[in-house]
Amino acid sequence: MSATLIIGAGIAGMQAALDIADAGFKAYLVEKDPSIGGRMAQLDETFPTLDCSSCILTPKMVSVGGHSNIELLTYSEVAEVEGVAGRFRVKVRKKPRYIDTDKCTGCGLCAENCRLRDRIDSEFNVQMGKRGAAYLPFPQAVPMKYTIDGDHCLMIQRGKCGKSPPCQDACPAGAIDFQQQEEILDLEVASIIVATGFDPFNPLLKPEYGYGIYDKVITGLQFERLSSASGPTYGEIKLDDKEINDVVFIQCVGSRDRHLGNAYCSRVCCMYTAKHAHLVREKLPGAKVTVFYIDIRAFGKGFEEFYDRVRENHVHYRRGNPSEIVKRGDRLVVKAEDTLLGQPVEVEADLVVLAVGLVPREDTEAMARLLGLTRSEDGFLEEAHPKLRPTETGIEGIYMAGCCQGPKDIPDTVAQAKAAAASAMIVMSRSSSKATSHQG
Amino acid sequence: MEAEQDLLERCDLWACIQCGKCTGGCPVSFKTTLNIRRLVYQVLLDGQLSPEGMEELWDCTTCGTCVLRCPKEVEPSELIIGLRTILVDGGVIPPTIRDALTSVFRYGNPSLMPPDERADWAEGLEVKNIAEGAETLYFVGCIPSYDDRAQRIAKALVKVFQKANVDFGILGVDEKCCCNEVRRVGEEGLFEYMVEEQQELFSTHHVKHIVTTSPHCYNTFKNEYPGLDVKVQHYTQFVAELIEQGRLPFTGELEQVVTYHDPCFLGKQNGIFDEPRSIIQSIPGVDFREMDRIRDRSLCCEGGGGRMWCEGTNPEERLATSRFEEVLSVGADVLAVACPFCLLTFELAAKAGGYDEKVQVLDITELLARVI
Repeated sequence: MSATLIIGAGIAGMQAALDIADAGFKAYLVEKDPSIGGRMAQLDETFPTLDCSSCILTPKMVSVGGHSNIELLTYSEVAEVEGVAGRFRVKVRKKPRYIDTDKCTGCGLCAENCRLRDRIDSEFNVQMGKRGAAYLPFPQAVPMKYTIDGDHCLMIQRGKCGKSPPCQDACPAGAIDFQQQEEILDLEVASIIVATGFDPFNPLLKPEYGYGIYDKVITGLQFERLSSASGPTYGEIKLDDKEINDVVFIQCVGSRDRHLGNAYCSRVCCMYTAKHAHLVREKLPGAKVTVFYIDIRAFGKGFEEFYDRVRENHVHYRRGNPSEIVKRGDRLVVKAEDTLLGQPVEVEADLVVLAVGLVPREDTEAMARLLGLTRSEDGFLEEAHPKLRPTETGIEGIYMAGCCQGPKDIPDTVAQAKAAAASAMIVMSRSSSKATSHQG
Repeated sequence: MEAEQDLLERCDLWACIQCGKCTGGCPVSFKTTLNIRRLVYQVLLDGQLSPEGMEELWDCTTCGTCVLRCPKEVEPSELIIGLRTILVDGGVIPPTIRDALTSVFRYGNPSLMPPDERADWAEGLEVKNIAEGAETLYFVGCIPSYDDRAQRIAKALVKVFQKANVDFGILGVDEKCCCNEVRRVGEEGLFEYMVEEQQELFSTHHVKHIVTTSPHCYNTFKNEYPGLDVKVQHYTQFVAELIEQGRLPFTGELEQVVTYHDPCFLGKQNGIFDEPRSIIQSIPGVDFREMDRIRDRSLCCEGGGGRMWCEGTNPEERLATSRFEEVLSVGADVLAVACPFCLLTFELAAKAGGYDEKVQVLDITELLARVI
């Protein structure tokens, strides 16, 4: 059976893997994090239909986890790639989890008893919640196996954790294994799909908004966690005991910005902000909501209609790109020009949400070198032809899906993933006829 | 017409998306009719704009906030300078600015002061002339040369240099205005003429290293003097190095709560935020506290861009005055600055607002001079 390597198990990688596996081919799905799911798992509701992200994602994650043609390699990274289309030889580095996944039942006693419990910032909750060194990134994780974070774990870092490590004492399955070592797996695949996603823009690069100084200035992704029922506040929009009466959203933070080298539009922020504004109006009916924007881009199916609905929910859309946030007493003051009034304005806020854009992942260059790919001017991975080969790379047999190629929303990501899977299957069908034996 | 077309290209106005980020952060847009975003739009639509009668053009402090934050790399404040040039060329110019320009042309300083008194402040300080040869040229600047209050900055800096055994000299009576402000009020011709004179002076004395009192002099030497192949530093950079190298031993303590105001031409325009802070924090005894509006979000004192010589259309609401509320809110008894313009505008505002009993306005050099 011919196989494809898929790098990244967000919605793009999962969709591609499912299509390939359903067609009877083999998919190796490599994910650097302990669980599959990617960014979509962090989202609350999705625009413009407002279906709950994890409700539509979790069944897919379960299908991926249980598919006999998909081999999940979580907490793993691609280390080396050689060869050509039809016959790529790949080395995958499997990081030590310090937990034997064959024995782990997912009971969670290790995490409950970890000495560092609630002391490490949770990546999943974007620094708004805590976890321990032994942890499950989120409740719906696939595989439902715990991980010990070796960068923090006292046993790994200092070789000692009290008299005896409490996770080990608590684990009824005897799954804790501090001796675990990194493993290298050798794979042979016919094609490769890169689905490594994006990074959210780092708002510290726009110091005028005071992110990192004012705790009431948060990013759109943090808002998702705040609004999510599985988030740090169980879906309540609050940061502390103070009441939230005025919420300001700022669009285009880190997008359309030549000064930062991010000249492009991130495509999703207008709509995710509209969704956030809607969620605030729904959850805090007394709150005044203001969205500062430059242009509203509601180009997708149902988008303009959703934008209409949100305005009719009494959300104030004010045209103007705020210049700075300062503090007055306890409150934040957003300073902007309302360009339709032609007047500088100050809007006080209890919460400011920055609609941060999507940027190429920090490791994009390393990934490009690993696979011999090129990057377009915006820094994302480059397609073989901007019109006619939007999912192919310059290397035959290597395809792209999702935001590693450029910002896109969920439906566009899924569409590209299915296209990438189709391309991969062409290569696999060709090589199947002359297939030689391979591992897996 | 041609000049304006050139302006469109030079300031890259065609890139403007009218987002209003410039006007929203403009420190004077809240108090005058100056709306730089609208100005860009008008110039774009008409291809030309007659700036005559637009008094608000003189309100701009050229603080650079609009340039710093524009997402499309338009240079809005350069448009204002360009429009001022049209006014200057047509002779339509506030009389106080005209006098300052005439004075720069005649006397080499904007304050109608005799050139031969330029180095009087240094009398008895044993400061050598650069003609005698020195590693470093201390470029004093006009205000610290002539203004009674600002002279104390120059004297304090000389003390610092001497304590650290810096081999330095000054240009003395030959020093002339750097013309940073001359360019900003739109007198391009005079700027170019003076730059040439200054460059000649530097090369005559084989200057390799310049340290300035003022961020304004620093800015223009560093960024606007064509082909000036000299290491230029603001004194905060140089002195921070001296302290780090252990060349400036402290002998006293300063039991005071100090806060610091970032000058626009040092901070926003040249990214020098850390050195002034590291100097203040190295002074024994000092309790350093930050205000809310610092670094990239600092508030302009309204002393730049020609505003030292021109009140603007709304002299009542001074930004420098509102700044003192912040100074008091952190409990500071010293507002430290690193710019002669900031020093003078804040001292004036402190007196006018009755803050001078609670808060002292001092240049960082003056703090240093008390502990060495």
